[in-house]
Amino acid sequence: MVKVLMKGNEVIAEAAVHAGCKYFFGYPITPQSELVAYMAKRLPEVGGLFLQAESEIAAINMVYGAAGTGVRVMTSSSSPGFSLKQEGISFLVGSELPAVICNIVRGGPGLGNIQPAQSDYFQVTKGGGHGDYHIPVLAPASLQEIVDLTQDAFDIADRYRTPVIIMGDGMLGQMMEPVEFYEAKPKEVPKKDWATTGTRGDGGPKIITSLELNAESLEKHNHHLQAKFKQIKENEVRFEAYETEDADYILVAFGTVARIAMNAIRKARQEGIKVGLIRPISLWPFPEKPFIDTRDKVKSYITVEMSAGQMIEDVRLAVNGHAPVDFFGRTGGVVPTQEEIYHKIISVAGGVEV
Amino acid sequence: MITVYEKTKGLTDKPTHYCPGCTHGIIHRIVGEVLAEMDILEDTIGVASVGCSVLSYEYFNCDMTQAAHGRAPAVATGIKRVLPDRFVFTYQGDGDLASIGMSEVIHAAARGEKITVIFVNNAIYGMTGGQMAPTTLIGQKTVTSPEGRNPNIQGMPIRISEMISTLDGAAYIERVSTHDVPHIAKVKKAIRKAFETQKKGIGFSLIEVLSTCPTNWGIDPIESLEWMKNNMIPAYPLGVYKNIGERE
Ligand SMILES: Cc1ncc(C[n+]2csc(CCOP(=O)(O)OP(=O)(O)O)c2C)c(N)n1
Ligand code: SF4
Repeated sequence: MVKVLMKGNEVIAEAAVHAGCKYFFGYPITPQSELVAYMAKRLPEVGGLFLQAESEIAAINMVYGAAGTGVRVMTSSSSPGFSLKQEGISFLVGSELPAVICNIVRGGPGLGNIQPAQSDYFQVTKGGGHGDYHIPVLAPASLQEIVDLTQDAFDIADRYRTPVIIMGDGMLGQMMEPVEFYEAKPKEVPKKDWATTGTRGDGGPKIITSLELNAESLEKHNHHLQAKFKQIKENEVRFEAYETEDADYILVAFGTVARIAMNAIRKARQEGIKVGLIRPISLWPFPEKPFIDTRDKVKSYITVEMSAGQMIEDVRLAVNGHAPVDFFGRTGGVVPTQEEIYHKIISVAGGVEV
Repeated sequence: MITVYEKTKGLTDKPTHYCPGCTHGIIHRIVGEVLAEMDILEDTIGVASVGCSVLSYEYFNCDMTQAAHGRAPAVATGIKRVLPDRFVFTYQGDGDLASIGMSEVIHAAARGEKITVIFVNNAIYGMTGGQMAPTTLIGQKTVTSPEGRNPNIQGMPIRISEMISTLDGAAYIERVSTHDVPHIAKVKKAIRKAFETQKKGIGFSLIEVLSTCPTNWGIDPIESLEWMKNNMIPAYPLGVYKNIGERE
């Protein structure tokens, strides 16, 4: 198939259409507005429906309604709008409804700005809304990877009856790269016999709810959710390890930052410093294995983020005291440069003249 | 033996949890009867809201979804847009619809969503223990307006039927009351009319049903019916506020 040149936001949208998503409810916000506009044009062409909601709150609740009928449905937003979706996301988890939610993160807190950031890491990986839960979070680093991960996101959502988050930063949403779409092999997903579509021909009424007034029963439901999260942790970890075998130092970065870090690593390697990279692709479940495999061999890890340091907490948990974990980050929409990261490597490695 | 009255197929066998004398039960029965009589139970998806009626998903004998506080019209929109040939209704209290969920109901009406909203106005927050609602009357005492609702402090009550009927997408809007048997018969006619509006695909329908909350009003059920008639109806006049089908 031929490659086409597209913007990241549009790639997410087209990949969703390829994954069989026919319904999209959204609200405009920079830097993800192209995604909404693309869906508005594209979905009617495939017999689907795009609806601009009156707010992100309404959008996520429309998603809740549509997901309850068993169709593949999606919404997307950026940080402030994503915050507004949290109650609805918690309801999706509680009611076990599959949906895909995209967060193209921008600078915060508050209105912040529209520049790229990764400062919603805590919010997407630690629950975000109320209650005891986790959501699978996929963080692509290239537009081609968006194509694969968007398909995965819908499959994971259906397989585990859970919302799934695709997290990108403003850069990923705005950059253009050639991508190739493909007809994905339809994955085996369970039959949605829980969907509320009317009872005609299917026996008794079905109920979609997250309410359970009895404490023991809610605890039981929560144990069921926890068991599911455990299964997701066992099956859905995704990461890339680059030149970690001989590494004295390992950078840890995700999304577009990982690409910048990669360039810094190449430069450092030319200088004879053995540096590698661990790139978490699933932010939750967080990949622990590449750390367990390396933590007794490396001198230290350096986490690089477009935040004041959020993923570093998960890195520290995975390293579990076996090695020091250093940090370099820029916030507020400032993108770390290859030189900055390179200098950080040098300063941690100590001593190489630059 | 002739059967003169029986349980409607529109409701399940589950005993309801409503307080004695609460008219939520009457409204449930009527919605159930209408769905059964129109023979659309199997093609209906109801959306329960957050309030005393939160468990209505256990009582209506059709597919049901439970929505976040105030968001039922958005959830209903999501369902109806995927399944345009199904019947979709929400059942919401006045805190749910007229306070936290005002935006969702207005925009669903403005878009002309072909859904039916059963709006239960009891001038108070029942479930959370009798706090002021946007519909609480001037002078009415609640736990959050202990001196009585004062327009200078808490503002004026909101008249939902009047407001929604100004929107072009609203097709059938009527306010009815449950205070006596003749009026209860009108509740049924109105709810039937709303579902027929949905069936014809004309647009958004909302039936505002004046309802009692003896528990939080602090008066007995009979007195509550009297209080509703004497105080709520003057503030919330009954009648059809919008009927696009009629106009055509
Ligand atoms: C987001 C959120 N805020 C507040 C509540 C608490 N709450 C539950 S029911 C309710 C009021 C319901 O009152 P109303 O809609 O009038 O229904 P009624 O109980 O009178 O039938 C409130 C505020 C909640 N569940 N969720
Ligand atoms: S608290 Fe009021 S509205 Fe709720 S069930 Fe009791 S009487 Fe009815």
